[in-house]
Amino acid sequence: MFNASMPTSPGSMVNQCKFEEDEESDSKDIFITVDNPESHVTAIETFITYRVLTKTTRSEFDNSEYEVRRRYQDFLWLKGKLEDAHSTLIVHPLPEKFVVKGMVERFNGDFIETRRKALHKFLNRVADHPILSCSEDFKVFLSAQAWELTTYKKQGPGFLSRMGETVRAVANSVRGVKNRPEEFTAIQEYVEDFSNKIGSLDKVTQRIVKEQKEYLEELKEYGPTYTLWSGSEEELAEQLKGVAGCIERCCKETEEQVGHLSDTLVPVLHEYVLCAETLKAVLRRRDNIQAEFEAKNEALATKKVDRDALKEEIDKLEDRVEWANNALKGDWGRWQRSMRGDLKSAFLSTAEKNVDYYEKCLAVWETFLLSQRTEPSEETDRDNTP
Amino acid sequence: MLSVSCLSALLLHTVCCLYIRFIFWLEILFIVAAPFSPSQIPLYTKCITRLKVILIFYILQGRTLILKDLKSHESLYLVCITQLERRMADAGNKESAPIGGDEFTNTELENNKNNTMVEEGSTLLRRMEISVAEAEKRTGKNTVNMQEIFTVYLIETRPIDAITEGHNPAPDSLWRRYSEFEILRNYLLVTYPFIVVPPLPEKRAEFVWHKLSADNMDPDFVERRRVGLENFLLRVASHSVLSNDKILYHFLTEEHRWKEVVHETGFQAKADSRIKALSATFRVKNPDKRFTEMKLYSDELQSLTSQLLRVRARVADRLYGVYKVHGNYGRVFSEWSALEKEMGDGLQSAGHHMDAYAASVDDMLEEEEHYADQLKEYLFYAEALRAVCRKHELTQYELETASSDLISKKQQREELATGMVRTFSFKGMTNKLFGQETPEQREAKLSLLEEQIVQGEETVTEKTVECEEYVKGAWVDMQRFKEQKDRDLREALIGYAVMQISMCKKGIQVWTNAKDCFHKM
Repeated sequence: MFNASMPTSPGSMVNQCKFEEDEESDSKDIFITVDNPESHVTAIETFITYRVLTKTTRSEFDNSEYEVRRRYQDFLWLKGKLEDAHSTLIVHPLPEKFVVKGMVERFNGDFIETRRKALHKFLNRVADHPILSCSEDFKVFLSAQAWELTTYKKQGPGFLSRMGETVRAVANSVRGVKNRPEEFTAIQEYVEDFSNKIGSLDKVTQRIVKEQKEYLEELKEYGPTYTLWSGSEEELAEQLKGVAGCIERCCKETEEQVGHLSDTLVPVLHEYVLCAETLKAVLRRRDNIQAEFEAKNEALATKKVDRDALKEEIDKLEDRVEWANNALKGDWGRWQRSMRGDLKSAFLSTAEKNVDYYEKCLAVWETFLLSQRTEPSEETDRDNTP
Repeated sequence: MLSVSCLSALLLHTVCCLYIRFIFWLEILFIVAAPFSPSQIPLYTKCITRLKVILIFYILQGRTLILKDLKSHESLYLVCITQLERRMADAGNKESAPIGGDEFTNTELENNKNNTMVEEGSTLLRRMEISVAEAEKRTGKNTVNMQEIFTVYLIETRPIDAITEGHNPAPDSLWRRYSEFEILRNYLLVTYPFIVVPPLPEKRAEFVWHKLSADNMDPDFVERRRVGLENFLLRVASHSVLSNDKILYHFLTEEHRWKEVVHETGFQAKADSRIKALSATFRVKNPDKRFTEMKLYSDELQSLTSQLLRVRARVADRLYGVYKVHGNYGRVFSEWSALEKEMGDGLQSAGHHMDAYAASVDDMLEEEEHYADQLKEYLFYAEALRAVCRKHELTQYELETASSDLISKKQQREELATGMVRTFSFKGMTNKLFGQETPEQREAKLSLLEEQIVQGEETVTEKTVECEEYVKGAWVDMQRFKEQKDRDLREALIGYAVMQISMCKKGIQVWTNAKDCFHKM
């Protein structure tokens, strides 16, 4: 297992880290929860902070427990730092900045809850990641008080140097990569297709939620119609009220089922839509690294420059490419496993809830039927048709 | 571009309407759910007033925004008000039941049954098997000599004793089209106005949800109509009074000349004009209270069943949408499974189950149409019930008119005989102005009046008997109808529950299978 006290260079990190086949839950030494959203009002703005509670036995942490408050911007910062430091590792996506509907939505209860869950998942995924969880930025995020974090954020590469990096990245992406290894092309094709499929699933699921809600609306009017009729009948009143009662109970079950769908399946699918975008970005970054190396390599062959200095730079870039590729390869397998796990459990949970829903509705109608059959039987001679 | 004031007015209007609607449903819930007690009468009075105000609000609105609601909700408001008023009347008058049968003791009822009903054993259905076996398309020329396509239905009949004797003879059969059924029913309506005549299946498809075609040529519609026509014939043939009708027998057994024969009965001439019936409804003074109640009930039944059918169709439409969207899962899972190595099999089979789930809704909703048809039958029965009540009002009105005519004639005779003018009359005035008539003229008038009075008394006696017999016969048949309705609808509700159970079981099966597939992922 990885030991934080050893000297860390990118190369040695890769060599030392093993990507376990199965993350044993007893080897989990850090537990993070995100909860308790609170609204903060300042002169300039209003924003929400979340409580981040950490319990850990890891040695690089001074305490075993930390409680801090963080806002969405802080999470964004953390993600950015992680991606900068490990550009070809797959970082779990954050919930989106804002919903298209508008400003008011930010403070809507459902929105906050959805975001909170997603932030919780984000931090836990980072904590589960063998490399990312060792990041200093991550440690500071979890442990520093608000003012400490602000100070810490101000350190690090300045604005101008970041600009330079961005320009280089853009230049590289325009240049394009020449000899992409086959496996990464395969991964890219997969990501393209996966992105389409998961996007479709997301849309289908949202459509199901919408249709189900519309069904529920109509169903809510259906029951009262029977109740109303029962007011005009004598013999039939009981049965009509019974049917109305059954429909009302089915309404409740339907509401629960839609809620479950919205809480369980929709967020997961949405996350993986974002994941697909993350993957595309990671692949692009890897390509850029390779493109930079290739460009310098070409320069070596064509331009008349200081060959030694250039050679040294090229060696470093080559190392970088190798490290990036290995990191990605390792993380790719890991991502696929967790994707399968997440989606499988989400669909499984949905199927289970649906079975439960139908079983409950079945019980409702069977009870009604039973109550009908135990009543004294009607006269048996009938003149007319079945 | 709408101005701000327009928008805010629209917003205010929408909010008001939503509020009104909310209040309306709250009132309904209160009325029908709460157990009634006389102490709550003041509260209920407030409810009635409020409901009436809401109704007026809606009527005054007249805007398109509300109009579609108005159509469906207006009749419901009226139903609620009627129910409420009835409950209040009950509270004040605890002895009488809403649909009373107090005037008839049980033995009297039995006697009437024996008088007006032929023994059960001799209804037509006991002697003959009847079915509407098939439907076929035909082309022909219609009344304005244009080509048309229409559907004909095969009526098959077989005498029962032939079957029980061990033979299995081929049934006699003939073809009839829907319009001929309509003629038969109209004939029965006119000939037996005191009977609640079974309705025909609907002429045009109503309460359609999007999948069902509103087209009369659609095979599903034709099939359901075939079943409805068979149901009509079986009901008529098993009715103790209707089944003995010769025209009915002719309809079932002889294809040719039936139309001519039925027209020869002259039933169309006997039909009461709408205007006569309507004016009777408004002017009748002393109709049998039970019939008035029954008429109110028929209105309620009509509103309630039509509302129920409407909402049911919407629910079916939505449910259809939910199931069909799951079919998209099938497609996407299948495509996705091609990408994945480990998850592939699980996804693929899960996809198949999603397809099966989406497809299952078609059969389920088709079955539910049968339930809707049962409700529709009683929607149309409500109309027949109302017709019986209206006929009573007409006969009662004719009796009242004849009686009052008689009274006025007697009064005239008295005046003429004694020379006293009781009330102001034109005659009195002309007498004063131009002098009285001669004794001869007076004698002539008097004898004419005497004749008229004798005739009038006969008419009154006739009408009284007619009215009484009508009331007896109609009341018995309405009771029969009530029992039949309770039985049939009870069965329909049970059938509906069975359908829901079957639907739930299928859902459990599909999702359990899907769950297993997801496990394999």
